[in-house]
Amino acid sequence: MQTFDLSKEGLRALNSSLQALKGQTNMTAWEIINPKGAHAIAAGVDAPVEITVRGSTGYYCAGMNKQATIRIKGSAGPGVAENMMSGTVIIDGDASQYAGATGNGGLLVIKGNASSRCGISMKGIQIVVHGSIGHMSCFMAQSGSIVVLGDAGDALGDSLYEAKIFVRGKVKSLGADCIEKEMRPEHLEHLEDLLRRGEADHKAKPEEFRRYGSARKLYNFNIDNAAAY
Amino acid sequence: MSDLPHTPPKMSWTFSNDVNAEIRRAAATGIYDIRGGGSKRRLPHFDDLLFLGASISRYPLEGYREKCATDVWLGTRFAKNPIHLDIPITIAGMSFGALSGPAKEALGRGASAAGTSTTTGDGGMTEEERGHSKTLVYQYLPSRYGMNPDDLRRADAIEVVVGQGAKPGGGGMLLGQKISDRVAAMRNLPKGIDQRSACRHPDWTGPDDLEIKLLEIREITDWEKPIYVKIGGARPYYDTALAVKAGADVVVLDGMQGGTAATQDVFIENVGMPILACIPQAVKALQDLGMHRKVQLIVSGGIRTGADVAKAMALGADAVAIGTAALIALGDNDPALEAEYNKLGTTAGAYDDWHEGRDPAGITTQNPELSGRFDPVLGGRRLKNYLKVMTLEAQTIARACGKNNLHNLEPEDLCALTLEASAMSGVPLAGTNWVPGRNGSF
Repeated sequence: MQTFDLSKEGLRALNSSLQALKGQTNMTAWEIINPKGAHAIAAGVDAPVEITVRGSTGYYCAGMNKQATIRIKGSAGPGVAENMMSGTVIIDGDASQYAGATGNGGLLVIKGNASSRCGISMKGIQIVVHGSIGHMSCFMAQSGSIVVLGDAGDALGDSLYEAKIFVRGKVKSLGADCIEKEMRPEHLEHLEDLLRRGEADHKAKPEEFRRYGSARKLYNFNIDNAAAY
Repeated sequence: MSDLPHTPPKMSWTFSNDVNAEIRRAAATGIYDIRGGGSKRRLPHFDDLLFLGASISRYPLEGYREKCATDVWLGTRFAKNPIHLDIPITIAGMSFGALSGPAKEALGRGASAAGTSTTTGDGGMTEEERGHSKTLVYQYLPSRYGMNPDDLRRADAIEVVVGQGAKPGGGGMLLGQKISDRVAAMRNLPKGIDQRSACRHPDWTGPDDLEIKLLEIREITDWEKPIYVKIGGARPYYDTALAVKAGADVVVLDGMQGGTAATQDVFIENVGMPILACIPQAVKALQDLGMHRKVQLIVSGGIRTGADVAKAMALGADAVAIGTAALIALGDNDPALEAEYNKLGTTAGAYDDWHEGRDPAGITTQNPELSGRFDPVLGGRRLKNYLKVMTLEAQTIARACGKNNLHNLEPEDLCALTLEASAMSGVPLAGTNWVPGRNGSF
């Protein structure tokens, strides 16, 4: 285990050490202590390593992550795992705005609640939130899935493309072009897999969720739909 | 009809034929007009400024003999690897999707041959342009289509796009007819649907967030790359100041003449400011912060000639960017294609329905038959020639002003032809030392 004291050694030293881990490395386990809400912790990592952050993080922790498994033993600031390509990010606490924004792949697990715009413009990432998510979540979400064990705020899935949304609790309101859809067997299977990988299979069953997706009415502009925007 | 004098038919200035035609078009179709390009209005522009030249009080340099440097460094503030260009004329961001693959390749070829940079656009980085661009600026846009850390690291600089001159405050729309399999795959969206490019970034709002976003990008790219921040001509003094505060290495400022792939005509023509009005405000912001020439300023929007380049630089820009002019150099709107433009209901020089993907020049299309007409090698050569001519023109003017470097041009070398241009540029009205709005005698 490599232990890195962020308060002593600084962000640049941390990220350049982590980004230098290419291909085969025997330094596969890293522990970051004293994060103290710093920004861009473990951003741009591209190696199959395990990184544990002992404390809460600022903006953009695990930004653009590839391959790495990053565990935050605290809460995460805005934009955690933004544009993630692959790998896994697990947050023990809550996540601020824009969690998983524009993520292309990988798995983001938030064990607490997520604030507004969770999964905004997501492009393939899988997100599992044990708690609730805030307003405008999944705005213009393109692809990927989000599973919410709690409730969703206003305008869920506004201007949604092909992303799949599963919510167990209440949805305050749906955004433009987002509708409830039939839950078919393949969706239950997909949910079961995400709950298991998201460390939530002991908390919820697939049958308890409702599925939301795009009505696809706004995919090509039509003046008769203008009032929907 | 009597022989008595009568009042001839009188057309309304307010309800002109153009206006009426647009009212009828809107009534018939129920949709606003979408088009490409920038403002077509008659705007105060560089044409309204003149160089004074040298005489007794200033002495000129010999044309073709005495040196007049044109090179420029960009990104010297924070980047480990600032960019060095041979000429201060760069190619503005234009997306693969809006443009064909061969057109992007031609831009890379032409820019590289002329010693300058080209820029990606919404939709990600293609192999054509990376492979053919010696210096490639990678745009970081609100949509984040195709965004990934590998391409960030393959770029020579990164341009965080906050806005563009054609539509400050607006996003974009690539209509479904241009969404080929390849474009759809790069953007991770179904083929054939309209693709909206958001007007705001999804994970930051405001200058304090932007500062942290720039930190993250720098951390991901090892602080190697210059980071540009591109703004539309809305409030250039404050936007420039805030971009500098957020940590920009370079500010890119785009006036309303700057083009877009597709936006509502009403937006293009009614939002934003002409570049002439923008440059002095941005330069003032840089000067007030003590950052002029430390944070470089690239300006764009209606740059056509070496005279425009020289005037922009005399007002304080470090470099310029061209988009529409580069497309024309490649062959866009060429009168040789008049018959084909006529079939589309338009004429060479006026064609702006780039979003429809039916460009007979093969530049603003994803139709393989049309894009196959375009020769990227020839296009690249034409662009190189054009860039070289613009550079020579700018040097000619600079030497006539006694300047051995384009960056030594200054407002004092200029006069203004109109009150508007004088007030906007801060350059005295020709024959006077008067700038409207400032204290001073006529």
